[in-house]
Amino acid sequence: MADTVFTARALTKTYISGETQVLALRALDLEIFAGEVVVLLGPSGSGKSTLLNIMGGLDHATSGQLFFRDQELTNLDDWGLTAYRRQHVGFVFQFYNLIPSLTAYENVALVTEISDHPMRPDEALALVGLEPRMHHFPAQLSGGEQQRVAIARAIVKRPEVLLCDEPTGALDSKTGIRVIEALLGINAQLGTTVLIITHNASIQDVADRVLFFADGQISRIQKNEARRAAAELVW
Amino acid sequence: MRTLDIKLFRDLVRLWAQALAIALVIAGGVSTVVLAVGSLRSLEETRAAYYERYRFADVFATARRAPRTLVDQIAEIPGVAGVDARIVKLALLDIPNYSEPATGQVISLPEIGEPALNRLYMREGRTPEPGRADEAVVNEGFAKAHGFTPGSRFSAILNGRKRELVVVGIALSPEFIYAVGPGDIMPDDRRFGVIWMSERALASVYDLDDAFSSVAVKLLLGASERDVIMRLDAILDRYGGRAAYGRKDQTSHAWLDHELDMLSNMSRTLPPIFLLVSAFLVNLTLTRLVALEREQIGLMKALGYRNASIVTHYLKFVIVIATIGIVIGAATGTWLGIWITNLFGAFFHFPFLVFTKSPDLYVVAAALSLIAAAIGALRALREVVRLAPAVAMQPPAPPRFRRLVPANVALDKFVSQPTMMMLRNTMRHPVRSSFTMLGMALATAILVVSLFTRDTMEGLIDVTFFLADRQDGTVSFVEKRPQDVVMQIARLPGVLAAEPSREVPVRIRSGTIERRIVIGGRPLNADLNRIIDADLRPVLLPDTGLALSSMLAQVLEVELGQSVEIDLLEGTQRTVSLPVTALIEDYFGIRGMMDADALARLMREAPTVNSVNVSLDGSARDMFYAAIKGMPVVSGLALQRVSLANFREAIALLITTMAGIYTGLAAVIAFGVVYNSARISLSERARELASLRVLGFTRGEVLRILLLELAVLTLLAQPPGWVMGYGLAWIMQTNLAGELMRVRLVVEQPTYVFASAIVIAAAVLSALVVRRRINKLDLVSVLKTRD
Repeated sequence: MADTVFTARALTKTYISGETQVLALRALDLEIFAGEVVVLLGPSGSGKSTLLNIMGGLDHATSGQLFFRDQELTNLDDWGLTAYRRQHVGFVFQFYNLIPSLTAYENVALVTEISDHPMRPDEALALVGLEPRMHHFPAQLSGGEQQRVAIARAIVKRPEVLLCDEPTGALDSKTGIRVIEALLGINAQLGTTVLIITHNASIQDVADRVLFFADGQISRIQKNEARRAAAELVW
Repeated sequence: MRTLDIKLFRDLVRLWAQALAIALVIAGGVSTVVLAVGSLRSLEETRAAYYERYRFADVFATARRAPRTLVDQIAEIPGVAGVDARIVKLALLDIPNYSEPATGQVISLPEIGEPALNRLYMREGRTPEPGRADEAVVNEGFAKAHGFTPGSRFSAILNGRKRELVVVGIALSPEFIYAVGPGDIMPDDRRFGVIWMSERALASVYDLDDAFSSVAVKLLLGASERDVIMRLDAILDRYGGRAAYGRKDQTSHAWLDHELDMLSNMSRTLPPIFLLVSAFLVNLTLTRLVALEREQIGLMKALGYRNASIVTHYLKFVIVIATIGIVIGAATGTWLGIWITNLFGAFFHFPFLVFTKSPDLYVVAAALSLIAAAIGALRALREVVRLAPAVAMQPPAPPRFRRLVPANVALDKFVSQPTMMMLRNTMRHPVRSSFTMLGMALATAILVVSLFTRDTMEGLIDVTFFLADRQDGTVSFVEKRPQDVVMQIARLPGVLAAEPSREVPVRIRSGTIERRIVIGGRPLNADLNRIIDADLRPVLLPDTGLALSSMLAQVLEVELGQSVEIDLLEGTQRTVSLPVTALIEDYFGIRGMMDADALARLMREAPTVNSVNVSLDGSARDMFYAAIKGMPVVSGLALQRVSLANFREAIALLITTMAGIYTGLAAVIAFGVVYNSARISLSERARELASLRVLGFTRGEVLRILLLELAVLTLLAQPPGWVMGYGLAWIMQTNLAGELMRVRLVVEQPTYVFASAIVIAAAVLSALVVRRRINKLDLVSVLKTRD
């Protein structure tokens, strides 16, 4: 496990919300390894999403350093971050963020058009088991199906890392498990590093490592000797 | 097709109502330009082509009796391209089944071939056979007014003898596009006709064998009109020549020019306002519409799309909307332009119409609309694209609201919470609120400008016919008559009052500025034909000196008390200097007025009369008309009030049509603005409004909260709209004021009320459309999709 994907050093983020200053990340140090499944747990406002956003190049750190392999993300400009997102990262959000005016297939195709070595949109949809419904609009799909479209869209460009912010947050347990299954399947088949933020403690069992967040810092790291399959989860 | 283009297409389909509303606002702006400028250019081209093909002359002169041999002499004047000498006389007409005496301008036609200048366009029939004294061609307007066709008969008093004439042809002439009879100020086809007859026949009637009484001259390109006029005057001087004049003093041309000027003025004033207002509103609307896409923009950035692709995508979006608007506007504008051109073409009796193609108009209107739309989109994108994707994907942070009053003042006793929401929301977006208000105010303003013409016309009619020229008719004579003719007229049946009037043609000059006018002599106590000052009060004519139209004083740059130089063009033909002692507020033409006795002294003659103003007993009119028809000395009877009624009818159609079109376009713009403001507010505040529904507010209450702000802005916008409308109307009437006609700016209260009513109706209509949306507001999904 010497192949490091992310290295964070004293990573700090403060932002201003309304009239108050919030310290979202406090000098965080962390390493993420290739092919890992990592679950980030912690209460709201503990810094999980902030970390994920900075790792995904969606936001800037206030100070400290973050490396993606040998590349320092913290000194990239907007152009550089865009290129980084295009080539290396896939996102899955809690609220799917599908474009309502595009079908499942087209939502995925939106990404294939700007990436270098994508798979075909239908391949990606097959990976999440949604091939039969690929010509439906988001409004015609259930929440779980929408989230699987979002996953297909995230992995269609063969990213090295898949960043998932509360992917099951808006789903019931049965569909949630199908979504986790899809994520683990991607990890197994493509070797993609997967980071999952969740409030749901039972999901931690599928991870290689679990990071517990509190107050902008990692309070504890738990290593699972054996990962459980998604189907064995209960919540 | 690229996926982003599919999204573009589907977004347009989804937002079709809003896209269409925006497109219609653009269409309103574009079509006004295309219609106004397009129809003006077509009419100008038509006139130019008409003048050219039918060889309309440039200079005109009259003489008492000039020998034909002078024609060669006139042709040799440097700069003269063509000469047409003819006999022109006025004659009183007697038309079967028509009691009012009409006036005919009788003009000779050469025995062989066409006239060298001012050729006829034959609508029907033929020209008179050589030497036939009973055959006549009449102008189309006159023929239509009396239902004449070839074969119809009427009588004319030619040189004191009544003759029966038969209509053999109906024609149009570039010389009489606007046919205004002597003494009249408006065209009245029933009472004024142009009658073309054989030259030989007219020569023998008027004893003008081998002579002419009128000459028209065509100039070479670049020739000096002034020089030709001077030489022409010199040649005709010995033969009773009256001062020659150019096109600008030719009645028909001057009126047509004035009408086209009015149109040109409208096309310079209104369309730019429409276009700018629409561009501005589109800009405002698209800014908000694109800002609503914030989260999708954030997502596209998260997926790795570059700013440039995102900006291009949204630019395409607004360009498509703008293009739809431009296409609708160009098509509507072209169609309306053709319609208007036809309408005016018929009014002017143009024999044909030339429709000009004006690609430049389309380009300018399209470019301005596109730029406005693009800037609107870019303004919103600049904000959103700058945000980090993580931030953009979140809804905007709650705006910072301010207390309107200190916390310890219990405002909630006076205003409800929904009202407070509205107030805070308005204050929170001061720029947007004031722009929205400005948009509404401009909509009201363009409506006021579209509608004020009618008030102003009515105001002009009031002053002219009910304060100043209060006579029912004016009897004019073939030659000036001694004063006792007034008593003769006064004794005619039906005459209640009679007042003499003397008219002396003069050239009036101050420094290098010179005009041809008529000085009218009025008795001291004239009561029918009064002089009105700027305050609309009748004033007494000073017993010395000269009263001038205010417009004339302005043109000559003279003030009260200063002197002007006057060439008398009649009688002694002296040049005198007179002080300006009063200014007249009048709206048609420019003129001077003097006390009748003072004028007689100036002319060194006994008091004489050219015409008599009469006030008539309505019940005895026919008897009066019959008596007038039996007087050979009478050349015409002008019936101002009758003309007025006809004129008002004719002009009303044009004004109503134009005002109707502009009002329609302004209403479309108003609707587009209000509808889009309401729809976008709804999108921006969907969550807030759905929350209120969840809390138990009814649909009506939610609708009220949404629309209260717009309602308040719409109402607040009205007074500034009126002020702006009045200002624009003032600009228009100032530009319109000319020597031929000017107006007093009148905007009646109903006009303001009507303008506001249209804007408010548009607002209510869009509110009704938005209400359907509120009813469909999906409470659960709105609240569920975001944390």
